[in-house]
Amino acid sequence: MSDAMLNEQVEATKGKMVMNQIPADIVGESPLHHADLETLASRGQDQGGVHLKEKSLQGLLILRAKPDEAQMAEIESVLGVALPTTPLTSVEMAGGKGDVSVRWVSPDEWFIVVPATVAFQLESDFQTSVSGHYSLVNVSSGYTILQLSGDNVVDVLKKSTPIDVHPSVFPVGKVVSSVFAKSGAMMLRRIGDNAFELIIRRSFADYIWLWLQDASMEYGLVIEA
Amino acid sequence: MAQQTNNETRRLSAGGRIDRSKPITFTFNDKQYKGYEGDTLASALLANGVDIIGRSFKYSRPRGIVAAGAEEPNAIMQLGATEATQIPNVRATQQALYDGLVCKVTNGWPNVDNDLMGWVGKLGGKMMPPGFYYKTFMYPKSMWETYESYIRKAAGLGRSPKENDPDRYDNMNQHCDVLVVGGGPAGLMAALTAARGGARVILADEQNEFGGSLLSSKESIGNKPATEWVDDVVTELARFDNVQLLTHATVNGYHDHNFLTIHQHLTDQSFDKAPNGKICQRLHRVRAKWVVLATGAHERPLVYGNNDVPGCMVANAVSTYIQRYGVVPGKDLVLMTTNDNAYRAALDWHDAGHNVVAIVDTRKNSKGTLVEAARERGMTVMLGSGVVDVQGSKRVTSVSIAKLNEAGDQVEGSVIEVKADTVASSGGWSPVIHLSCHTGSRPVWSDEVVGFLPGPSQQQQLTAGAMNGAYSTAAALEQGMNAGQSALEKLAMKMADVSVPETETLDEAEPMALFHIPHPKPTHKAPKQFVDLQNDVTAAGIELACREGFESIEHVKRYTAMGFGTDQGKLGNINGMAIAAKYLKQSIPETGTTIFRPNYTPVTFGAIAGRDCGELFEPKRYTAMHQWHMEHGAKFEDVGQWKRPWYYPKAGETMQEALNRECLATRESVGILDASTLGKIDIQGKDAREFLGRVYTNAWAKLAVGKCRYGLMCGEDGMVFDDGVTSCLAENHFLMTTTTGGAAHVLSWLELYHQTEWPELEVYFTSVTDHWATMTISGPNSRRLLETLTDGDVSKESMSFMDWRAMTVAGVPARVFRISFTGELSFEINVQANYGMHVWKALFEQGKQFNLTPYGTETMHILRAEKGFIIAGQDTDGSVHPFDLGMPWAVSMQKPFSFIGKRGMQREDCVRKDRKQLVGLKTTDPSVVLPEGAQGVFDPKASIPMPMVGHVSSSYWSANLGRSVAMGFVKGGHDKMGQKVYYPLVDGRVVEAEICSPVFLDPKGERQNV
Amino acid sequence: MLHIYCPHCGESRDEEEFHPAGQAHIERPKDPDACTDKEWGEFLYFRRNPRGVHHELWVHAAGCRKFFNMTRNTQTYEIKEVYKLGEQPSVVAE
Ligand SMILES: [Zn+2]
Repeated sequence: MSDAMLNEQVEATKGKMVMNQIPADIVGESPLHHADLETLASRGQDQGGVHLKEKSLQGLLILRAKPDEAQMAEIESVLGVALPTTPLTSVEMAGGKGDVSVRWVSPDEWFIVVPATVAFQLESDFQTSVSGHYSLVNVSSGYTILQLSGDNVVDVLKKSTPIDVHPSVFPVGKVVSSVFAKSGAMMLRRIGDNAFELIIRRSFADYIWLWLQDASMEYGLVIEA
Repeated sequence: MAQQTNNETRRLSAGGRIDRSKPITFTFNDKQYKGYEGDTLASALLANGVDIIGRSFKYSRPRGIVAAGAEEPNAIMQLGATEATQIPNVRATQQALYDGLVCKVTNGWPNVDNDLMGWVGKLGGKMMPPGFYYKTFMYPKSMWETYESYIRKAAGLGRSPKENDPDRYDNMNQHCDVLVVGGGPAGLMAALTAARGGARVILADEQNEFGGSLLSSKESIGNKPATEWVDDVVTELARFDNVQLLTHATVNGYHDHNFLTIHQHLTDQSFDKAPNGKICQRLHRVRAKWVVLATGAHERPLVYGNNDVPGCMVANAVSTYIQRYGVVPGKDLVLMTTNDNAYRAALDWHDAGHNVVAIVDTRKNSKGTLVEAARERGMTVMLGSGVVDVQGSKRVTSVSIAKLNEAGDQVEGSVIEVKADTVASSGGWSPVIHLSCHTGSRPVWSDEVVGFLPGPSQQQQLTAGAMNGAYSTAAALEQGMNAGQSALEKLAMKMADVSVPETETLDEAEPMALFHIPHPKPTHKAPKQFVDLQNDVTAAGIELACREGFESIEHVKRYTAMGFGTDQGKLGNINGMAIAAKYLKQSIPETGTTIFRPNYTPVTFGAIAGRDCGELFEPKRYTAMHQWHMEHGAKFEDVGQWKRPWYYPKAGETMQEALNRECLATRESVGILDASTLGKIDIQGKDAREFLGRVYTNAWAKLAVGKCRYGLMCGEDGMVFDDGVTSCLAENHFLMTTTTGGAAHVLSWLELYHQTEWPELEVYFTSVTDHWATMTISGPNSRRLLETLTDGDVSKESMSFMDWRAMTVAGVPARVFRISFTGELSFEINVQANYGMHVWKALFEQGKQFNLTPYGTETMHILRAEKGFIIAGQDTDGSVHPFDLGMPWAVSMQKPFSFIGKRGMQREDCVRKDRKQLVGLKTTDPSVVLPEGAQGVFDPKASIPMPMVGHVSSSYWSANLGRSVAMGFVKGGHDKMGQKVYYPLVDGRVVEAEICSPVFLDPKGERQNV
Repeated sequence: MLHIYCPHCGESRDEEEFHPAGQAHIERPKDPDACTDKEWGEFLYFRRNPRGVHHELWVHAAGCRKFFNMTRNTQTYEIKEVYKLGEQPSVVAE
């Protein structure tokens, strides 16, 4: 590696490379940028059974690890919360380095949501503080988060996924990966009685945006900025 | 223009569950009629005195409404006020009447009353025995297509609309503890019990309201009218959060692991075209922990002469039309029955003030409660008798009655004829066991019930009520409650606090097991005795099938078409089996059983497709720069689900002109490609390098940080399935790229080997395909362009070919890879996709001075073909290994670990000298572009079939070379350089080509190394 | 449509979240280069096709992306058990 590469933006210690991927003064375009949800929020209907909001431009990371006790503790000290090890659960914490939410994906995989600017810090902290075998990958631009709520949100989810979202088996905090319409990947997490968070892949975002408009048409769709 | 017709002639002035304050106008066969809210299409037609609603499938005989529910075989309508809203095969008995409804008969082309096909029927049974279509129309074979279209048109299978359906359909995934199928007494009781016990319940019924048989019953439950009890139960159920009540919802299929489909009618019961946004029909896909089948029973009509003449109905339907719709479907009734229950029809007819001519009871004795009630009203009850045939063509005019022997299989004595316009018949009831059959459970014959009962449960299934042969309301209620409690117990929930309400008890005499009423003439000479009205199968036809050797009931069904079509044998199957059994002198269970398959009633394609149609038919995946491509006139190509720019025509340009321009601009100055769709996988761990060495054919042990390398991926059979460049980001950190279409498969492949074969290797894989936007600038000016936007040193000295560096591009942190798929000096810029558009636009801002030209996948294909670079999936097809491709440099046989594909590609067949090998193909006439897929031969004069030696896999016009370029497979091609191969084309031309190196341009690779 | 219990996620999901990946317990030969063509061909191509109990490899493709084994009756579609990689089935054909 040339010396030019080694500056404060790029770190390659312990055989891994992390770099700050976000420019300081340029605003990114989220996967639903083209839909212009802000205009729809201000000019669209304000009554309806389904409410949609894109929680755009977050810091998103995928952690792979099979942590032993020591690594578990190191990860907890970096994240501020312990990794949820019970399948299909999530944890979140506000404050500290910023809001952090960690979702179980598989026995050796977690999806981490932090404010956009925290992602690189988190990667760097892992480099310095977490030992052993793991992989932490910044995927901030690879996904976006949709918040869905309203009286008919469950009806729209029933049209879209084979997952049973009844509160008796899908309480607040539960998180699942499944299919959404014909898109093969999504994560769904309940954040309230009638409120869910949907994490979808960037390239499928327009398809799911069209799908949600269509599926919620009979109930009325309200866009929130 | 629709013309007004007469008023309702058969409607009672009071009674029924219709709303006389809400009149409705509808159109049937271009005539306008009136009905009321609460009517079905069938009840409204009957009220208006419409006798003929179609013509029969084979004999084209006039047909009328026979039943009142899903079992109706004749009244199959083509619905829809406009071409776009046509729905075929709608049962009039299941369609709610709405204002403005327009329908036509399905059968009876060209019209109901005077049918061109009629001659076939009139020529009589001799002309069209069963197997008619097999026996006659199969010869001559070449004529079958002509016959088929004629038969299809004439037979009236309905027609699909020629315009797009404007309505919206959807699917809904449901989960519940207990799905109760059927909302009659048993189903309501089961649902109430399960709901009170706290279970999540779905209650589905195919009718417009719950209640089933109770809706047309005068009995009382819990000391109140049955319909009031129904209302109370439904009201209570509706109060539970965990209960979903679905009406107009037919449970159509019972599939593996307690997965059931429910076809629910919504706005199609109220509108021709749904109000904006509303759903026309919905398919519920239900996963139920337990299922309670309470599907009831269908009354069996009896089989007698001319029993298809309009006016012949099943007894229970007569009661339903009177009680529920206030319609008496005739003036003078003859009831024929084998049981007490059917006496209700005569009682209801009489109580509505109409004339009951006679009750013809096939039994020698009868003195149950209902029988006595008939006698008290002074009706004529003829015991030990049967209706042997009826007269009339468009409506019954008279009825022939004769004494029967004890067994009911012979006519005894003379035949008397009475005037009547309606014959109601009942041969008892057939439990509706269809859904139980769907699970693979074989039904079991019961002599006591005189019908098939559901076989042993194959799934988490309970049954209750009439489908178990428990025909009394009291028994249905009790079985429903027990099924509900049983489901609760199996779900480990507490028993519900519920008890069976009080009901009246009736004395009922034994029914007689009789199906086929004998005629004074032998069956084959008697007037037609129909078994399956929808498919025109007669008793004589079944006997003929048996006589011709079709003794298995499954063969009889296929030979006669009994139980085919949308009917599924609901009314006819058991009668047909009984007739076959009688002819073969064996019992019904010895003759076979009856199996039903999904779906119970027809399902529209709209409901099946749901919202997976139009724009949503298949996901379309877009890159972060898609908006720019659209704004700049790109034509798109589908690559998997991705929409990739194909080429960017300027005004007035043909595709070839655009491609020529894009190709020349790239090689002369600089072009740009959106390569974001390439699969990208982040690989980390101390064993990442070892893992790469096992899944790629070449060596990775020494790839230095900052370097990139091309690799081939093979299966264990040694055949190439993907390729791409992998870069070393840090000692234990790599970025792999895959083909666009192969991304998901490659990631899954890596996981498969890691999880199953080599879990000890410390390595993790994470897809970053969508995270990085990738743009490739290619051409001699690409470095100068990049230099205007980066803080990095991209000079030849500090960044050689196959190096990568981190730097900023247009202010955005980027990873830049100096790799090339065009053979030109190229840089692949990766930035977070959220900033892709910013960087892309900045490149064009600076690119003006270099005539930066966007190019799509087609130009990419041409440029790489000029260089002889393969595309996995185009120049590979799962049967070629790296040596076939002429890429031995990409295989390292010396690696310590036997990499995937190594052993496979060394098999005897893989080392043959005459394998098809990839070569360049230079057409003798440089202006000829070989078609891809063309098959080559060595001797164009060889006799047909010519020995084929391989196909053209890639072929293009190269503007840079001013000639065509092609690659293809030729047997032993690597040793045949300079020899000729010929391509005989379908248009008769034979194209001659010379076998050459696939590298047509810059064979020394100087352009990419500048 | 099958209802499949994922041993990693700990709950049953619809079949559409899963992909079958062929017969279970097929191990890549430890020394491929020492295999004869016939042995390699058998590893590559020869699979059981029983009517009745069968052991299959599945992956929870849309869920946790983990592979696991399933013992399934190919005739009735009954799933007898699922178990993780490296484990042996407790239900086998008679
Ligand atoms: Zn799983």
